[in-house]
Formats: sequence, C-alpha cells, structure tokens
Amino acid sequence: MKSVIFRTVAPVLTSLMALFSIFVLLRGHNEPGGGFIGGLIAVSALAIYGMAYGVETVRRAIFFHPMAIAGAGLLAATLAGLISIFARVPFMTGLWIYPAILGLEVPLSTVLLFDAGVYLVVVGAIGSIALSLEERGGE
Amino acid sequence: MEAWFALLVGIFFTVAVYLLLSKFIIRVLLGVAILGNAVNLLIFAGGRLTRDVPPIIPDGAEALVAPAANALPQALILTAIVISFSFFAFLLVLSWRAYKDLATDNTDEMRVAEPVDEPVPPLGY
Amino acid sequence: MAASIAPSADLSTALVHAPPTAAAWLVILPVAWCLAVGALLVMLRRPIALHPTIAIVGLAGLVLIDGLLLREVAENGPMTMVMGRWLPPFGIAFTADLTGALFALAAAIVALVAGVFSLADINDSGRRYGFYPLLMLLMAGVSGAFLTGDIFNLYVWFEVLLISSFGLLVLGSEPEQIDGTVKYGFLNLVATTLFLIATGYLYAVLGTLNMADIARKAEGLRDSAPLVTLAGLFMLAFAMKAAAFPVNFWLPASYHTPRVVVSALFGGLLTKVGVYALVRVMVMLFPVEREELSFVLAVAGALTMIVGVLGALAQTDFRRILGYLIVSGIGSMLAGIAVGGPGGTGGAIFYALHSMLVMTGLYFASGIALRLGASSSIDTLAGLYRRHAGFAALTLMLCFAVSGLPPFSGFWPKVMLVKAALDIGAWWLAATLLLAGFLTTIVTGRLFLLAFWREGAHAAGEVEALSPATLGPLAVLTGLTLLIGLYPEPLLVMIQNAAAGLAEPSGYVDSVFPGGRP
Repeated sequence: MKSVIFRTVAPVLTSLMALFSIFVLLRGHNEPGGGFIGGLIAVSALAIYGMAYGVETVRRAIFFHPMAIAGAGLLAATLAGLISIFARVPFMTGLWIYPAILGLEVPLSTVLLFDAGVYLVVVGAIGSIALSLEERGGE
Repeated sequence: MEAWFALLVGIFFTVAVYLLLSKFIIRVLLGVAILGNAVNLLIFAGGRLTRDVPPIIPDGAEALVAPAANALPQALILTAIVISFSFFAFLLVLSWRAYKDLATDNTDEMRVAEPVDEPVPPLGY
Repeated sequence: MAASIAPSADLSTALVHAPPTAAAWLVILPVAWCLAVGALLVMLRRPIALHPTIAIVGLAGLVLIDGLLLREVAENGPMTMVMGRWLPPFGIAFTADLTGALFALAAAIVALVAGVFSLADINDSGRRYGFYPLLMLLMAGVSGAFLTGDIFNLYVWFEVLLISSFGLLVLGSEPEQIDGTVKYGFLNLVATTLFLIATGYLYAVLGTLNMADIARKAEGLRDSAPLVTLAGLFMLAFAMKAAAFPVNFWLPASYHTPRVVVSALFGGLLTKVGVYALVRVMVMLFPVEREELSFVLAVAGALTMIVGVLGALAQTDFRRILGYLIVSGIGSMLAGIAVGGPGGTGGAIFYALHSMLVMTGLYFASGIALRLGASSSIDTLAGLYRRHAGFAALTLMLCFAVSGLPPFSGFWPKVMLVKAALDIGAWWLAATLLLAGFLTTIVTGRLFLLAFWREGAHAAGEVEALSPATLGPLAVLTGLTLLIGLYPEPLLVMIQNAAAGLAEPSGYVDSVFPGGRP
C-alpha cells in the first residue's frame, strides 16, 4: 500500500474527506447527514492516511488519543441534554440561539452540540478500533 | 409486498441460524451479522410498507402535505444498525484475538476456561 | 403507515408546556450523571491515579441520586421525564416507579462497594485499560434499563451495558478471559437480538413502544392480536439474559474468568437486569399472557433452581460454584413471576434485590479467599478460618443468606415465594423452592467446611491483615443483608407497593399521560 501514487494522493484525499465529513455533520439537521455518518467519513479519512503513512503518523496527527476524543464527544452530548435544566424545559429539548458573527446570523443549538458529540464519539471509538486493527495487520 | 418481505426475512433468518450453528467462530460471526440484518428488515416490514414519498416537510409548510412513509421504523433500524455495527466490530476484534491467543477458531477446542480432568470434589470432610 | 396531516399542524398539542419539577430531573439524572462522569474519565487518560477517586465519588453521587429518587417515588408515586418536550407516546419517556427505583438504588450500592473493592483488585494496567470509565458506562446502562419507560430504549440500554460488560470481561486479556468473553459475547448478542425481534413484532402489532401506552393498548387487542406469542418471545429473550434453564450455559462458562471485582459486579447486576425486564414486561405489560404462560415459566424456574444448585454441587472452583448459585437464584425469581400476585411478584423483586447484595458479597469473598489461600479450588483451599476469623465470619453470614436461612435477607423472599406458591395450590413449586434452599445449604456448607474450617498447612495463631478496602465492602454488604433480615418491614412495605403498582399500573400510566390521552 506504499505506492508512490497512493502516497501522493492520500494527503489530498484525507483533507478533502475530513472537510466533507464536517460538511455532512453540519447539514445534518434538516437534510440527510449528521454526526454518525460524518464521523464514519472522518474515520475513513484517517484510515486511508494510516494505510499510506503508517498508524504512528496518524496518531501524532490527531494529537489526542482516539478514546479521549470519544470521551469528549460523550461529555458534549450529555451536556447538550443537561443544558435544558437551566431553560426549565425537559431533558434534551432543542434550544437555539442566533448570534451574529461577522454580520452573519449563525443558528447554534444544543442539537448541533449533541450531533457534534456523536461525531466525536464515532471518530474516537471507531477510529480507535480501525487504527488498532491496522497496527496489528502489519504491512 | 409484505408477503415477499416476510419470505426474504425468513431466508435471512434461515441463513443466519445455519451459520450460527457452525463450530467456527468466524462463521458464527457472519451469522450474527446476517441475523442483525434480518431483524432490521423485519422491523422495516413491521412498520408497514408503502410506496409513499419520504417524510420530509417541503419548504413553506409546517407539516407533511401528502401521505408519507412511516419514519419511526427507519429511526429504529438506524439505531439497530449503529449498535449491530459496533458489536460486529468488537466481536471481529475479539474473534481475531481468540484465534491468535487460543490458536483455534473451532469452538469445540476452545475450552481454556473449562476445567480439564478435574477430580471429583472432596466428598468427605 | 401512511399519515396525512393537515399542512398547518398545531404543534402545541404535541408538546409538554409545564416546566418539569426539580424532582422529575431525578429520573434522568442517574443516567446523565454516569455518562458524564464516565466521559470525563475516558478523557483523563494520563492522570490514571485520579481515576479511582473520581469514580468512587461519582458512584457515591449515584447512590445519593438514586436514594433521593426512591424517597421521592415512595412518597409521590411514579414520576416521568420526557425527552425533548415531545409528549408520550411520541417522545421517549423515562419513568421511575417503585420497582425501577428500588432496583436502581440496589445497583448503585453494589457498584459503589465494588468501586471500593476495586482499589485493591485492579492494578495500574487495569486502570490504564479503562476499568473505571467502563464501570461508569456499565452503570449508565444499568440505570437506564431500570428507569426507562420505552421498550426500544430499554433495548438500547441493554446494549450499552452489554458493550461495557464486554470491555470489562476482557480486562487483562488472558486466554481464559478471551475464551469466556467469546462465549459470553456471542450468546448475549443473540439474546439481545431476540429481544429486538420481539420489539419489532410488538411495534408491528401495537404501533407503539411506550410502556404505559402498551399497557393500555394491549387491553383492547387481547382478542385479535397474537399477544401470547409476543409475550413468549420476550420471555425467551429475557430468560436468556437472566440465565434461566435451558438458556443458562453462557453464565457458568464466563463468570469465573474475569477479575474478581468484575465477576462481583456481573453477578450482582447483569442477570438481575434480565429479571427486572421480565417482571416489567410480563407482569405490567402482558398480565393476561403471563397467566397463560405461567406454567412454562414455573417449570423453567423449577428446573433452573435444581439444575443450578446441582451444577454448584459438582464444581470445585469457588467462582464456578457461585456462578451456578446465581443461576439457581434466578430460578426462584422466575418461580415468583410465574406465581404472580402480590406475593409472587413481590417475592421475585425481593429475591432479586437480596441476590444483588449477597452474590456480589460472595464474589468478594472468593477474591479474598484467592488472595489468602492462593487458590480458587476448594480442593486446595484450607484453613482460611485461622488466617482471618473476621473474614470467615462475614463469609459464613453470606452463606446463610444465600441459602435463605434466618436472620438474613434471603429468608423473607423465600417465605413470600413459598407462601404465594402454596396459596395458588402449586405445592410442587413450593417443594422445589424448599429443596433448592436445602441443596444450597449443602453447597455453601461444604464450601465453608472445606475452604475455611478444614485444618490447613498454615501455622496457627498467625493472622493476616486485610486492608479496609478489601474487607470493608464485604462487611457493608453483609451488614445490609443482616439489617434487611432483622428489620425487613420498611423494605417489605415498599416491595408490596411496588408489586401492587406493577399489577395495577394506573399510577404509572397517569404519570406518563398526566392529562389523559392526547
């Protein structure tokens, strides 16, 4: 898997897939997409990078341990549900704010926070399994 | 339509059960994967089959304008797919480890955790 | 189902408007709390030394939350929290009634003492592997299963606790553990898939997944829908989770392989989740169908009791004996569910709570015995009494408790079950209960005679010290057993109310649909 063609294409492919995964995550509220499928796309990107340059490179590139990423996602998803305590509405109710950033109204919500949490859980958990399988599979 | 789906689900279950009865864990694993898909199809058919459009609310409206497919089974199946996917991943790694560590994937030979030639427990005190 | 709704639907009728009371948050808090603490622990990978402290504080918090929840439910009846403002049956509801709250509190206590016991049992590599995060996620799954009011959600929590239990089982990655996990993993996955099949059929027949809604809709469908088949499917799935004969073989094959504290947790919690689900579905959702299936349940229960205890008699490994004793205990609970009525259901719930405390304690004892005697076989274990008399005394009390002898907690559920069985004329079931109790006494008596009382090679007078983290959890559980045995009144009243609430779930239904059906 270490052909020149593959190693040249892999970084471009990985960055494009990572970008696409975030796009899929963000469009997930009203259209097909969402955290789970976005996370899977991101894991595929990491797996491709790992095939081309080795698992160690990927581990260094994502900086955090995959399970720590999954933990952060789980925490974000749980907190997204608990924020509704302060709004005096039932657990997991979607709450929206519309701050204007650079003159552009950006809709932010606990739903998005939850979905981002799912994204991180999938990236962390499935990424951890994929990387460890790649590691053991050998060259 | 439901009858054909029932038949298909039945075939899936048959294949899954046949594989689950195998001695080799890799076949059992494949059986589990097919079993999960059989159940997903079952839930899908259980939610009634219609040739309607997807339940997406068009721009400007606040609710569905026309009859639409039942969205709930799809949500259930999605959850079940996610769960069975993660289980499949885990069991795949586990089977691989078992094959490496126990040097077999035949369940008849996987008896490390079972007592071997154990004497009868002491009968007197 | 094709649905045609007017384009300008008024969403306000489908939403909850009253803000939830502070007490209602207690229903969801056990799960959210465990998930949050577990997530925090997963994130903290480097400071491994902090894990036990955070986890024990988290579990103590869980005991506190569940205690408050139980008090609230005991005073004010069942409470409901719906997800995302959507009214049931559209929104997923979490409903705590007395049964769920009692089970949740007992599970939290077991997890807390196991957390303390793990201080001495889980080494640094176990911590690095993630014992404590997995423990918190397991508790999230267990609490969720006890408190959810939606049957598909129950399936999801089953899977959460199952995947955490896989992680805990392979902790250490020794060949025996991998062997045990393969058997446990595949068979439990088949069991939960059976549960999912039953849930799919349930949805196809009733068109709803909310438990309160099912309980009401089942009323009108008794003549036309195949509800007995449905109940039978659920029975098979949950019986497999609970390790009832003839689908019990995964339990003795795997429970003696992991770390002692993991065995203790599983022995206390996992099968009882299956029993809880069986009680919830058979007694509350399908009471009429339970009547029809009661003979099957009773026979399965009787066989489970006898097969379990005979299996225990044939073993020499301390933990394998305990595994078979769990199976035997499950038989008594099945018998209670089969008999039904306040005595039978109440007896089953009481027995499950008692078994959670006692089996966990006995697994702790097996771990301490392993440490003191350097063996897990009663062939070679000997003279433990001389090594530590206090430990021997605590274990003896637990042995009495598991055999159902007074004055310990096992006595009262046995009395309730035997009386309930005699009341409906099932004398053979009552006789089996007593016979199983008698054989259990022989099993534990032999265990104690050989491992503790038999003269060992150890020099007399030399007493070994045990750290408070080892002996403390055992002492707490034994103390609770003794307390329940001596003063069962408050618990008995609560269990009778819980059983009444299951038999006549109007309080549960009203809590989910406060203003009647929308």
